Amino acid sequence: MIAEAGHYALVLALGLALIQSTVPLLGARWGDHALMNVARSSALAQLLFVAASFALLTMLHVMSDFSVVNVFENSHSMKPLLYKITGVWGNHEGSMLLWVFILALFGGLVAAFGNNLPLSLRAHVLAVQGWIASAFYLFILLTSNPFLRIASPPIEGRDLNPVLQDIGLAVHPPMLYLGYVGFSISFSFAVAALIEGRIDAAWARWVRPWTLMAWIFLTLGIAMGSYWAYYELGWGGWWFWDPVENASLMPWLAGTALLHSAVVMEKRNALKVWTILLSILTFSLSLLGTFLVRSGVLTSVHAFANDPARGVFILLILCLFIGGSLSLYAWRASALKQGGLFAPISREGALVLNNLFLVSACATVFIGTLYPLALEVLTGDKISVGAPFFNLTFGPLFVPLMFAMPFGPLLAWKRGDLLGAAQRLTAAGIVALVAIAVVWAWTYGGSTFAPLAIGLAVFVIAGALCDLAERAGLFRTALPVALRRARGLPRATWGTAFAHAGVGVALIGIVCETTWNTEYIGSMMPSDVAKVAGYQLRLDDVTQRQGPNFREMIAQFTVSLDGEKLRVMTPSKRSFTTREASTTEAALLTRGASQLYVSLGETSAGAIAVRIYHKPLVLLIWWGPVLMAFGGLLSLSDRRLRVGAPKPAKAARALQPAE
Amino acid sequence: MTRKQRRLTMIGGSLAVLAIAAALVLNAMRDSIVFFSTPTMAAEKQIPPGKRFRLGGLVQPGSLVRGDNLAVNFSVADGGATLPVAYKGILPDLFREGQGVVAEGALDASGVFKADTVLAKHDETYMPKDVADALKKQGHWKDDYGAKPGAAASAAPVQGASK
Repeated sequence: MIAEAGHYALVLALGLALIQSTVPLLGARWGDHALMNVARSSALAQLLFVAASFALLTMLHVMSDFSVVNVFENSHSMKPLLYKITGVWGNHEGSMLLWVFILALFGGLVAAFGNNLPLSLRAHVLAVQGWIASAFYLFILLTSNPFLRIASPPIEGRDLNPVLQDIGLAVHPPMLYLGYVGFSISFSFAVAALIEGRIDAAWARWVRPWTLMAWIFLTLGIAMGSYWAYYELGWGGWWFWDPVENASLMPWLAGTALLHSAVVMEKRNALKVWTILLSILTFSLSLLGTFLVRSGVLTSVHAFANDPARGVFILLILCLFIGGSLSLYAWRASALKQGGLFAPISREGALVLNNLFLVSACATVFIGTLYPLALEVLTGDKISVGAPFFNLTFGPLFVPLMFAMPFGPLLAWKRGDLLGAAQRLTAAGIVALVAIAVVWAWTYGGSTFAPLAIGLAVFVIAGALCDLAERAGLFRTALPVALRRARGLPRATWGTAFAHAGVGVALIGIVCETTWNTEYIGSMMPSDVAKVAGYQLRLDDVTQRQGPNFREMIAQFTVSLDGEKLRVMTPSKRSFTTREASTTEAALLTRGASQLYVSLGETSAGAIAVRIYHKPLVLLIWWGPVLMAFGGLLSLSDRRLRVGAPKPAKAARALQPAE
Repeated sequence: MTRKQRRLTMIGGSLAVLAIAAALVLNAMRDSIVFFSTPTMAAEKQIPPGKRFRLGGLVQPGSLVRGDNLAVNFSVADGGATLPVAYKGILPDLFREGQGVVAEGALDASGVFKADTVLAKHDETYMPKDVADALKKQGHWKDDYGAKPGAAASAAPVQGASK
């Protein structure tokens, strides 16, 4: 009964989404308030039903009801409860259900908190959300229904892919989806603005917090996925330029650009048409990501199943929404009035530069990801575009972007003073030069590139601090005054500083990890000692253990530094009988921001293959994004976004029908 | 500055950045792209020693030889030809004889493929997609290879609510 109820709730949600996508539009056209208000109630009801559907699927997984195909294929009665729950989205059908659930959640949030939006704008936004939701409900119901039954239910399930049985799976996909799907809000706002043919600063004020929220989740989701790959896949890599990773990086780059152009729009009422285009592109890239991951054109740990029908269906959705929104853009963008003049050297100019570099970087990732697919379709040649390509394209584009980053916040709106900004950044420049000199002297004879990159990162961090010091008047006024002023700065200013510093922090981690990573790969017998970066690792013994649904081989290492015993590390190798698969559980020893990483390979004749890495400052790679997300959160809590912000510029016109 | 000059500066700047990006992409395309081949294709194309490519196929049963200090030798076959592969390091969790594998590296002067990366992915029925496609093309694909243990049971799913 539960499966049937879940299925039924999903069908009802589709019905509500169809109502939501048509009735409010008619209401807006006829100026009928009651019809426009249907958007709100149907969005909330739709959220209710899809939430019920998702809860019922979770219940089926928890109860291990193997008469449902989805549960049978991805669960096992012996699996720990946590993984029974996370296993709900550890497969294609369930993860698509999570996708629409989050979509409905965002729609519901706009409906619930959008009371001060102009009525027709809200109606349009929710209608566009309804279109997206309808398309994906149809996709789930027609090609990937998670509630299908098996005629003769088996006794035991086939278990979840062991790699996915990890706490990382509990958090990574929901975070990533909150990011991906969160951009649907800015997309809906953009399309609504195009339909209405009107856009003002109030629009930007509304779009910015939603974009920011999606961006925060996406940043954390990507960082978490990267950390998960780092410790779970057992070879210490944290970014592989895998198409699936790129699929999440592209919306992030476009979303970061959108975040910055929305600032220009909000403050200066300029770059309107561009901001609309970016909103459309960002969500289109999120859809493209969904297509790449879900259609099975790529094989990876993310592609749970390959079914051509699904790929074609998602491709249709993709063409419909991207093609439709871009045509609408081409047709209506000229109706939006341009405003806000500014000189090339100004805050606006700096933000345009930021957008230019981010979008170009995004384009290179796009080409690197899709070129192999296109080439295979056109010529049949199979090629792989790997890390070298992205290092040669993405890297050079990010260097000028990071160099320009500290200048942006120091330039005035409308007409800036580059020389003045440079003077105010003198301190940051000096700190960066000192950092280059120190790193170069310390690693004399090593890489010449690494000290320069670290200098750039230090420049970005120091630049962010300079900006704060400048605004607070530090060193110019008495310390207490400066501190009081610093406290009084808008939270968005603090947010900018944190987010920008986070980029620098991440870069330091990346440079240190890639340049000064030391590794030891070899086979060890018990009581052998391996020496890596000054640490001695002694293999004490190898033991076997039985877990809930796996057998585990645990190696115990005693780690010591200069003869002093630090800790015991226990990497292991698990073999899962149901899937005849094995996973490597690496052991990590954290010292400051650096980590010692041990993972096991196969055993032969009493010896065990081991990989030991020392990764200096590797944790900075993930602290950076956390800092960026924290900056985003600060900015989101800014007073002007909380208190009475969204006042439409022309409230009277909002009540008239569009056109 | 007039409005026109401002606009020209903007457009000029944008074009410059885009041109740089395009130049970077074209340059990287020339140097850092790796082609995929099966042993048969590698023999046909006469790939010169030192040129990097991805080799895909099945690990020839009985060909795996482990040497000292994690050195491994095995052969990759696609039904038509076989190619000896030398690798040093830890093989992935799901590396098995008779299963699909993708190795990246280059041929040396004696015709041995020196791999620096070996990939085999995490599923009991998993076959690297490139390998499966290449084998299908050459007619060495067993239709039942990808059949899952539960396929018989799940072949006739019943639509839940439509009953």
